[in-house]
Amino acid sequence: MNALVVDDSRAMRKILRSILLDLGYQIIEAEHGLDAIEKLKENDPFEIALVDWNMPEMNGLEFVQHVRENSDHDNMKLVMVTTETEPDRMVKALMAGVDEFVMKPFTPEILIDKLRLIGVSVNAGNQCEEL
Amino acid sequence: MTLAVDDINFLQKLLADRTGHVLNDAQSYLLDSRLKSLVSAQGFETVEQLVAKTRASNSPLLQDQIAEAMTINETFFFRDMHPFEALQETIIPQLIESRRQTQTINIWAGACSSGQEPYSIAIVLREHFPELMDWNIKILATDISDEILARAKSGEYSQFEVNRGMPAKLLIRHFDRNGSTWTVKNEIRKLIEFRKVNLTKSWFFADMFDIVFLRNVLIYFSVENKQRILEQVHRSLASDGCLFLGGGESIIRLDVPFDRETNGQTSWYQPVPSRKMKK
Repeated sequence: MNALVVDDSRAMRKILRSILLDLGYQIIEAEHGLDAIEKLKENDPFEIALVDWNMPEMNGLEFVQHVRENSDHDNMKLVMVTTETEPDRMVKALMAGVDEFVMKPFTPEILIDKLRLIGVSVNAGNQCEEL
Repeated sequence: MTLAVDDINFLQKLLADRTGHVLNDAQSYLLDSRLKSLVSAQGFETVEQLVAKTRASNSPLLQDQIAEAMTINETFFFRDMHPFEALQETIIPQLIESRRQTQTINIWAGACSSGQEPYSIAIVLREHFPELMDWNIKILATDISDEILARAKSGEYSQFEVNRGMPAKLLIRHFDRNGSTWTVKNEIRKLIEFRKVNLTKSWFFADMFDIVFLRNVLIYFSVENKQRILEQVHRSLASDGCLFLGGGESIIRLDVPFDRETNGQTSWYQPVPSRKMKK
């Protein structure tokens, strides 16, 4: 399973890579939207893309709009991982085709729960405890 | 910091006496973190000082505050997701059919902590069942802690709290944002009544419940208290009602007349119609 991590912060890409590696993904990184479009062309299909909003060259919303206008990536889930929490802007991103939001800061559990919400496969370890 | 055995024993007994919760030795590491805020609020520097003061003063207020601090559980919106999917896909549609005459649905969220569970239930109802707008829907949300109930009632959550489990579409639709605080909208809040209930005491509710959520709390009680609590739940539940326990909980080894129903990844319990509860 391929995951695309799009963020201009190397530190944030490292955090996301670490979480997704534990979930069994192969990770490709991109520094901004234009870079991400190139990575999409160069690699096998991605199951998911985690995308920052504010980036140079091409921002996250522009990248989402580009991806959703291109039917090659219809099955790829798009999650915005961002500090952007203005409801009107979130609505705009959802209407553009974002599947879910993770607001920074976040924990691995928050990200994993959000991936589950949109039907992305994650490892679940729920032991039954007798009362 | 490691507490002295004597202090741990004192806190375990205080918790058991006031709430019925059993904190075993393996869980005693939780004491320090859970009491940290109360230690600061009372002007102490260590848990030992708080325990010493409580022992010396024998103050019921302080004892209550310690019990409250020790029983706060982690909770988040749409925890485990599957129970809420079962509500949406199976249980509420069935109730809409069976309660068509009375147009009333009563739900109880026990041990609701800071309120994420009852609000999640209310959001499911409002989001997916517009036909219930004119029905009499009551969600009773209870907890043992006054402090946590006041928080739950406020409907205010930090960005971090709404980030955990709340889908973005529902967040935008059912919350108002003010800086980094998100507040549940009134149309959701008005479905819920918050009330203090100690599960280990005898309680009686005026209405029979159609749905009971009692999740991730029974694991903290002794077998005797679990038995008593579930007997009382059985008496408060409509004959075709359903009980949800936590994802990691079951009633194995308890003598309570519930049948387990499983649908996909979700299980819930329904009263066995032919068996009477023991007195």
